[in-house]
Order: sequence, then C-alpha cells, then structure tokens
Amino acid sequence: MLIENVEKTTTVEELKKIASQVRRDIVRMVHCCSSGHPGGSLGCADYLVALYFSEMKHNTQFNMDGINEDLFFLSNGHISPLWYSVLSRAGYFPASELGTFRKLNSRLQGHPATEEHLPGIRIASGSLGQGLSVAVGAAQAKKLNKDNRLVYVLMGDGEQQEGQVWEALMYAAHHKVDNIIAAVDYNGQQIDGPCDKVMSLGNLKAKYESFGWRVLECSEGNKMEAVTETLQKAKSLTGQGQPIAILLKTEMGYGVDYMMGSHKWHGAAPNDEQLAKALAQLEETLGDY
Amino acid sequence: MKKFTFEEKIDTRSGFGVGLVEAGRLNSNVVGLCADLIGSLKMGDFIKEFPDRFFQVGIAEANMIGLAAGLTIGGKIPYTGTFANFSTGRVFDQIRQSVSYSEKNVKICASHAGLTLGEDGATHQILEDIGMMKMLPHMVVINPCDFNQTKAATIAIANHFGPVYLRFGRPAVPNFTPKDQKFEIGKALLLNEGADVSIFATGHMVWEAIKAGEILEQKGIDAEIINIHTIKPLDTAAILKSVQKTKCAVSAEEHQISGGLGESIAQVLSRNYPSPLEIVAVNDTFGESGTPDQLMEKYGLTANDIVKAAVKVVERKAAMKTLSV
Repeated sequence: MLIENVEKTTTVEELKKIASQVRRDIVRMVHCCSSGHPGGSLGCADYLVALYFSEMKHNTQFNMDGINEDLFFLSNGHISPLWYSVLSRAGYFPASELGTFRKLNSRLQGHPATEEHLPGIRIASGSLGQGLSVAVGAAQAKKLNKDNRLVYVLMGDGEQQEGQVWEALMYAAHHKVDNIIAAVDYNGQQIDGPCDKVMSLGNLKAKYESFGWRVLECSEGNKMEAVTETLQKAKSLTGQGQPIAILLKTEMGYGVDYMMGSHKWHGAAPNDEQLAKALAQLEETLGDY
Repeated sequence: MKKFTFEEKIDTRSGFGVGLVEAGRLNSNVVGLCADLIGSLKMGDFIKEFPDRFFQVGIAEANMIGLAAGLTIGGKIPYTGTFANFSTGRVFDQIRQSVSYSEKNVKICASHAGLTLGEDGATHQILEDIGMMKMLPHMVVINPCDFNQTKAATIAIANHFGPVYLRFGRPAVPNFTPKDQKFEIGKALLLNEGADVSIFATGHMVWEAIKAGEILEQKGIDAEIINIHTIKPLDTAAILKSVQKTKCAVSAEEHQISGGLGESIAQVLSRNYPSPLEIVAVNDTFGESGTPDQLMEKYGLTANDIVKAAVKVVERKAAMKTLSV
C-alpha cells in the first residue's frame, strides 16, 4: 500500500492515538525479553509516528531501492522497538511479530538488521555515527536517479560525539545534498548520564550551521502539532542547495512518568510491576499485539 | 616448466583505473568515490568520462564507506578508492555494519597494499587487510596479480551482487596474463602443471612463484603453480586437487602470516588432506621504509624464499614417506 499525502486524512488526534499504541508496544516489547532501550524509543515516538503516518510517502510493499518513495534511516539503532512498532503498525509486517523482539530466530534483532530481511529496514545500525553517511549516500542516489523524494535520518544526541557524523555533515553541505532532513533526538541524555556531563555538545545549532546546514529547532518534540509543523517547514526548505537538520527536543521516556527525563531508562527493561504502571498511563488505541 | 614472458611492467592500480572506466561504460549504475587520492588510485579517467558519477569525499574514509552503502540503496554500484590501510583497518566497523552485515553492493578498492608501497613505511604498508576482510561474512576478497588481471577483476566485480574487497598495489610489476582474459570470482587459475609441489600464490607474489618454478626446475623439482586471485571464496577444489597430486604445498602472499591466504589453505588441508605446507609471508612484524625490492628481500617475499620453502616441504614429504614405510 502506498501511503501518500496522508496528512490530509490523518488528523493530529489520530496520530496521537497511534503514538499511544506505539508506546504501549515499546514497553511491552522491552518487558517481554527483559532487555532493550525504552527511554529513547518513547521519546522519539511522536516524531516517527508523524513521519510514517503523516509526512512520508512510502510503500509498505517494501523494496530495498525505495525509488520514488521517501526513505527513513535510523542511525541510533538502539531505539529499534520504536521503529519496529511503527513499521508494523504502518503495515510492513504483522504486529504479532513484535512479540519476538530480541528473541532467538526473530527478524526483530536487538538492533536493526538487513540480514534478517525485515521489511522496512534498509541498513543495519547500532554501532553509532554511521547513519548520516548512509542517508547522505542514499540522497545522492536519489539525485542520480532523478527521484525527487526525500531522505530522512534520525540520530541520537550522544551520537554526535562520533567523528563520522561531522565528516558527513561537512560532505553534505559541500555537495549541496538538499534532499535530506536529518533529525537529532536532542534529549540531553546518554548512557553514562547527561550529555553535558559526559561530553558536552556545546551549541549544536551553531555547529550545524557553521557546517553549512539549515537548522530548525523543535522545542516540543513530544507535542504532535509541533512535530508535524516542524516537518512541514523542513520539507518546504528542501531543494534550496542546503541540507536540513531538525534539533528535536524530546524527553527520554516520555509517556511513562517514572521513566521520564532520566538516563537510567536508556537501556533498562521494566519488571512486571513497572510494566503495569506504564501501561496504566498509555491508552490502548489500536489493540495490543 | 611453461615459459612466461611479459612485454612491460606496469602497476596493478593502473589496471584498476582502466577497468573502472570500462565497468562504468558497461553499467550506468557504477559510481566512484575517492578520499583525496584520485591520482594514486588512477581514477582520473573515470572522472573525466563520468563526472556526475564521481564523488570526492575528502580525507574522511568512514564517511566514504557509509556514503557507498547509502548509494547502493537506489541501485548504484559504488567503487570506493583509497589506500588499502585506510580502506580496511581505519574503517573496519563501518564496513562490518553498513556494508558486510547489511549485504550492500559496495566494491572496496584498495591500492598501495603490502610492503611494495615502499618508502612511506609501516604506517601505510598494511599487511593485515586480507585477514580483516576475509573474516567478514558476505565479503569477497580478491588480490589480482598484474595489470591485465586487475583490469578484468575490476570489470567483473560489478556483476557480482554483494560486498567485494579488491586489493592491488603501487609498483610496476610484470604484466603477463592475457589481455582479453575473463575474470571468474573464486576460480583459481592453474598456470603450470607440476608433480612435486603445489605453489599457491596471490597478488604480486604470483610472478615470484613463476620465477621460483624456473629455479626449482633446475633443481629437479617440478612445481605446480596456481594463481589464487580470489582468497574468499577460496577455490577449495582446485587446491585439494593439486595437493592430492603433489602431496605438499607452499603459499605465497604479500601479507602478514596470520590471517592471510596461507592460513586459509592450512585450514583446507588440515580438514581434508593434511600435508606439509610452508607459508611465505611477512612473519608477524611491521614493515619499514625502503624500496619495494629491498623490502621484499628483507622480509622474505622473493622467488628465492618460495624456492627455499618448496625444497623444505618436498623434503618433509620425503621424510613422511620414510616414516610411514
């Protein structure tokens, strides 16, 4: 099924409902295998739901080359529960498969993989800092193919500490790769604590701009209206000779009170009691898998 | 011993340059990337003919590997070009995740491999690249022997879907294989039939093996010489067929003794047909500055070293026979 211009038919209210179900999926998946990364997954849920259910034109009859459709790459592969949930809820594979997350013989590897041939995944990620390079390459392939669709990539903020990110930023500006929208999940947290303590990123906006990127800030990355508005603005700025970045302020663990704002839920799974507490806060809207 | 001759000495990297242009003509999806070494990689002619299909990356090899992986998503066949050291060791994780594990159709083309890089010294003379690349699932590893074969390999790899590591070098070496040869990935080439010892050589060492075969003939040893241009997938059948006849083997490569061709052959033999084997390779040490010839001499990678190894295994074979009687 080709999901095109869905923004006209999917209302913000509907997007919020999807995001709520996706959040339920995330905590259930991570609980089910007692491992995974709920914090960043919950934090980016609104952004990914907005992309897949509203802003991107994409084809759930998956093919690797993705010609004439928008592409999404996840660089911070550890938030795979979010991506898997969104892909299945969008129709790439049955939601029932979410229950196999991180289990033996599953297509839903701990970090996204192409070896397992899960529809929707075009490259492996997990070792950080590589996604932007890949997305820029894919964007250049689109230009060679005279394919006017866009390439989206999501990175973590801690991931900005990888040097390869800056290689890719420099390259994209130099080569005027203006069909890419890169988002940074700017939640300020990484495994060992706040980014500011571990290795401060400084003025990320100024850094991106000095590298030749057009930067949009979304201060409410967990508010669906703000997210869709930012994405529409970003799309309107493509094709003008500059790559586009979105600094997306989110809250790690958003939607589950005891997980919010702390790096402690970066890579920890809830126990039975904690799961029940989380689910009580997240409405079931599309039916649990 | 068959007679091998050549009309000119020419660098294998130039074979890559010419092959890349031809690959580009044959397939419009072929694109080139280079990390600030266009001249060294001989990519200039490709750029001249296909300016829109070339991407200058600058000194940023990790990004280059990622870009190449991304370009495949859209059906492109990227050839990345830089020195072998920066093509492998520097970007092993990028290759592992974005190319090999992701099964991407990227051709990693690496020049200036091995000791024959010469005066630049050990920082640039990578001797571990074959090992690193052959350990990666899905990766094909090719080390052609001369200009003509490098050209043929460069053209052929466009037709193989999946990641390929293509290794070549800087110095001018004898160009002795047929001009119009077909390159078949994974198919070893029997250069000379012999009865007493099998010599398996790869890359620049193939010519040394031929010279060794001539010297051995004078010593009354009839050597079978096989060009193993593809280290992975290894032509196990050809190796076993030869050793079952000769009962002993020598391997020769411009690479570290750990992880290279010799180790692969040792594994094949020990599993299937245990036989005396000597590995001519760099013996667990880094290189140093010097001329290519001086370095090949000092680190034991000449025809004479192959001869010594061959004599050793032939003697060991004889000793084993005596024991078993």
